[in-house]
Amino acid sequence: MSSIRQNPFPEALPDFRNLGVTARVLIGVNLLALLAILLSEPGWGNVLNTYVMAASMFEPPLLASLALFYVGAPWLLRLPYWRGCALVITVALTAAAATHALLGAFAPVGLARMLVLTALASALMLAYLRLHMRAYSPALGEARLQALQARIRPHFLFNSLNAVLSLIRHDPRRAERTLEDLADLFRALMSDGRSLVRLADEINLIERYAAIEQLRLGDRLRMSWDLDSAPMDAMLPALVLQPLLENAVYHGVEPGTGVGDILVRVERRGNRVLVRIENPWLQPGTQTRAGNHMALDNIRERLMLFFDDEARLDARVEGTRYQVDIDIPYRGRA
Amino acid sequence: MRELRIFIADDEAPARGRLKELLADIGGELATHVVGESDNGLDVIDRLPGSGAQVLLLDIQMPGMGGIELARHLCVVEDAPAVIFVTAHDRHAVEAFELNALDYLMKPVRAERLAAALRKCAVAVAAGRDARGVHEQARRLERAAGAPREFFSVAERNRIVLVPVGEVLFLKAELKYVTLHTGAGEHLIEEPLVSIEREFGERFVRVHRNCLVAREAIRGFERVADSGGDEPHWSVVLEGVAERLPVSRRLWPAVKGVLPEGKA
Repeated sequence: MSSIRQNPFPEALPDFRNLGVTARVLIGVNLLALLAILLSEPGWGNVLNTYVMAASMFEPPLLASLALFYVGAPWLLRLPYWRGCALVITVALTAAAATHALLGAFAPVGLARMLVLTALASALMLAYLRLHMRAYSPALGEARLQALQARIRPHFLFNSLNAVLSLIRHDPRRAERTLEDLADLFRALMSDGRSLVRLADEINLIERYAAIEQLRLGDRLRMSWDLDSAPMDAMLPALVLQPLLENAVYHGVEPGTGVGDILVRVERRGNRVLVRIENPWLQPGTQTRAGNHMALDNIRERLMLFFDDEARLDARVEGTRYQVDIDIPYRGRA
Repeated sequence: MRELRIFIADDEAPARGRLKELLADIGGELATHVVGESDNGLDVIDRLPGSGAQVLLLDIQMPGMGGIELARHLCVVEDAPAVIFVTAHDRHAVEAFELNALDYLMKPVRAERLAAALRKCAVAVAAGRDARGVHEQARRLERAAGAPREFFSVAERNRIVLVPVGEVLFLKAELKYVTLHTGAGEHLIEEPLVSIEREFGERFVRVHRNCLVAREAIRGFERVADSGGDEPHWSVVLEGVAERLPVSRRLWPAVKGVLPEGKA
């Protein structure tokens, strides 16, 4: 399939620190066990008993393996995919053998049968998680494309160029700086939206973006930054903050006749990274601008792709302010 | 030739500065004089008519009121300035203008393009603009706008008075005028009821050949018994309006469905 070749899917083990991955494995293995029992037990009465019996054998190695994977996740992720898979299955087999050695007296099946079942279940779960990521892969490519299209608002580009032209004669140095900011911004916009970047880089980018908007809008734009407790080494998908700030300016400041205050706050709370971007809420009717939801949906989708169920994005109107909140797990550089 | 008097409307100070630079650059060829500038649409409505401007350089995306709606309101005053749109990127508007050959400039603006557009305006100003042209322009703008206006505009002693569409309770056509009735008063506008109905179909419903009423303002209907030779008919009761407006028999089936449940 040419589309896959053009858009190579990064072969990687699932991130075992992700709650979504852990939940999928737990539910998946339990469903497999239930299925096997339903197939082998003719009557309904014994199903529960047999299930509890089996669970006492397969839950300990399952939980132990998942705990080991959680601890070793950063290291596992660096392995080539197939070697990683082999390691995952080996760990599961070892845990199963250990369990059998400890609880062998109560075991309903022999060691060999238990090892075969463990190997099959592990392989099935790895295949399932791989398919799950694959299924998202085209969406990832598409999301990136949409991100690009949504990001480069021609309105912004041409107005910025116009602003630079107005500076060239009387403030050439500021014109130079602005062109440099524009170049950095567009370099980021055209980079691969599928990668994770450091929070420090994303913040640097939105500061440059804000400098350009400040030039265009002058006193009408008042930016407040609250970044003192921002975890600069946190990793997040590229181009998540910039479009949100662009939205804040486009919907909250430009259509208004007065001064527009925008707040950007990033902080770390425990092992979460919280971002808030806030702008004035202009009553619909006074020149409402469409297209906000597409950007929000796109960002939410990309957060989901990277963090599964652990990321949240909420947007709401709170009195006279429009607030967007992002809540993602804190991940230092792996 | 005398100086061309120009008004600049753009919400970005650098953009206004750039236009002034360009006007200075082409000054040798075409003398101009900036009589005013503004950074928001409503302010332009206030100040433009008294400024003596002959040409308005008008940004399309502006706070207060966008350029396209603004240009439509300018059409109601006599000796309205010629409008040159200056836009960064407004695909739909640009398409519409291309079809209708209205003047527009793309930001960043080139000096030669600005000079060419102004020369055209100078010719039009010297020739005097006829009223038919203005109405034609208003009609084109209506098509280009793609969205209903937020105000009706009324010319009063060569000033533009804006009446928010939301304040209008009903409109009645009388001879060549349409009267806007708000809670506070009445205004005459020179637009056919048909085109108002087309533009604001969401907001107003036709109850009679000569009358549109605001859907939100409808409180109920009354049956008027026949008196003095009139046939019995229904009339509509509006919030804050003492007058009862007759509903024509032909339109009654459509009109009676407008009232929300539980308000009979």
